[in-house]
Amino acid sequence: MIQFNNVVKSYEQGNNALNGVSMQIEDGEFCFLVGPSGSGKSTIIKLITGELKPSSGTIHVNGYSLERIRKREIPYLRRTVGVVFQDFRLIDKMTVYENVAFAMRVVGAREKEIRDRVPYVLELVGLENKLSRHPHEMSGGEQQRLAIARALVNNPSTIIADEPTGNLDPERSYEIMALLQEINNLGTTVLVVTHAQDLVELFQKRVIAIDEGQIVSDGTEDEEENTDEAE
Amino acid sequence: MRLNNIGYLLKEGFRGIFLHGFMSFAAVCVTVACLLIVGSFSALAYNLDIMVQELNRTSEILVLIDSSLSDAEARSIGTKINLLDNVLQSTFVSREEALEDFVADHDDDPAFSGVRAEDLRHRYVVVLEDNTKMEQTDEQLRQIPGVVKTDAAYELAEGFSTIQDVLHMVSAAVIAVLLVVSLLIISNTVKLAMYDRRDEIAIMKMVGATNGFIRLPFMVEGFTLGMVGAALAFGLEWAGYDALVQRIAAVDSLQLFSFVSFQELLIPMVMVFAAAGMFVGIVGSWTSIRKFMDV
Ligand SMILES: Nc1ncnc2c1ncn2[C@@H]1O[C@H](COP(=O)(O)OP(=O)(O)OP(=O)(O)O)[C@@H](O)[C@H]1O
Ligand SMILES: [Mg+2]
Repeated sequence: MIQFNNVVKSYEQGNNALNGVSMQIEDGEFCFLVGPSGSGKSTIIKLITGELKPSSGTIHVNGYSLERIRKREIPYLRRTVGVVFQDFRLIDKMTVYENVAFAMRVVGAREKEIRDRVPYVLELVGLENKLSRHPHEMSGGEQQRLAIARALVNNPSTIIADEPTGNLDPERSYEIMALLQEINNLGTTVLVVTHAQDLVELFQKRVIAIDEGQIVSDGTEDEEENTDEAE
Repeated sequence: MRLNNIGYLLKEGFRGIFLHGFMSFAAVCVTVACLLIVGSFSALAYNLDIMVQELNRTSEILVLIDSSLSDAEARSIGTKINLLDNVLQSTFVSREEALEDFVADHDDDPAFSGVRAEDLRHRYVVVLEDNTKMEQTDEQLRQIPGVVKTDAAYELAEGFSTIQDVLHMVSAAVIAVLLVVSLLIISNTVKLAMYDRRDEIAIMKMVGATNGFIRLPFMVEGFTLGMVGAALAFGLEWAGYDALVQRIAAVDSLQLFSFVSFQELLIPMVMVFAAAGMFVGIVGSWTSIRKFMDV
């Protein structure tokens, strides 16, 4: 579960990036986070992963209280939250298999667990036939699938994606979004930051809209339209 | 931490060394050079300590008695010598005994074949309690009636102590500077390795690797560089030391300096090199890791 309570975040210089954000995302939910550039979407993600600390307010993520989390607990928080970025962040000198195995190895998994689990997640994202490829030998869509496999491999309860389709054409974007939905159907909480309005409408999920550091609407597309009409 | 993780961490550490072959090579070379100098200074200081100890132990004052005195009179002077504060022990050596020693020393030298006991003096060999007061005691001995001459090596002893003091200070300074130099170069090598793998480090952090886990391969890398440098330096030091000692032993005018064999230095030397290698390796990598990890 992700819970923000009146969260304010100000960077050293400049205005508040977040200005009193409160929201709650339940376990097993699929949720879009939308808003114009500079509205504070990435700031929210960095707060969830413990990369930033809130200036005030409280944040609970999967049982951790992030406003007072200790430095040495942060790695364990991160094992519950898989992250996917627009720019993939793969290791090019490693193969597809090694990229995923690496994520397990560095959190201390046994070789046997790695051998069992890696092929399973690679099959889930549809890369079972490309185990020995290198990232640069694959399309953008495939690279993002690999990044999703890596985010999934340590079995996190939550997946967070910051503009996962930002570098992809519409068709690949749809496939990635469908894959995230499939993962959500298997029980993982999914939060997707996106600019792709058409996909947001297509998938009919909860949408949290943010502008200038404040939540301006929260609900499914339909409800949002309803509130728009009411105003 | 599980065994397979340790294997992984070691492998990653060694990989880093070969990935930056040239830099690692440079780091090892500088470490070897620094540790060689550190080792040489340590060896020299150690030898000098032993020489000074030896000198203090063997330094005696030879007291020569007026030859016009009778045997009995000469022997009675011993009581007066023993009354002096700083005298531990005095041994009377009659001129006949002195002659025997003399003949034994110059056995095959025809120039001394005609020396008779009457040409020599009765003497005392005086051992002191405190060698640092050798000069005063020597003075007091000469005041005793019947003593014509004394023979003491206090200038030599004092000279050695001064050299010893200076050498200790210089060694400490040189060792400190050189350790810092090798520390910096190892630190730089590790920093380069970390910079090179900053993407991997970012991913490790992202998926929840602990800082300890992220650090360890780099610690292994720095530690290995330090220890390889120390091992090479140790070998070179051993060979160089033996060669030097043999040369010095071959030169007559340097007989005064007696160096101990390297075997005798083995344990202190192993400890000096291992400690220095470990120190520069671990501290060197630690400093750059500290800077890097806090992002
Ligand atoms: N490290 C930083 N230091 C100072 N200000 C920052 C920093 N990062 C972000 N900001 C500011 O905080 C605000 C929110 O930034 P954020 O990155 O969260 O926006 P975003 O919604 O992700 O935008 P985009 O859609 O362009 O990615 C912006 O005004 C930005 O300039
Ligand atoms: Mg952003």
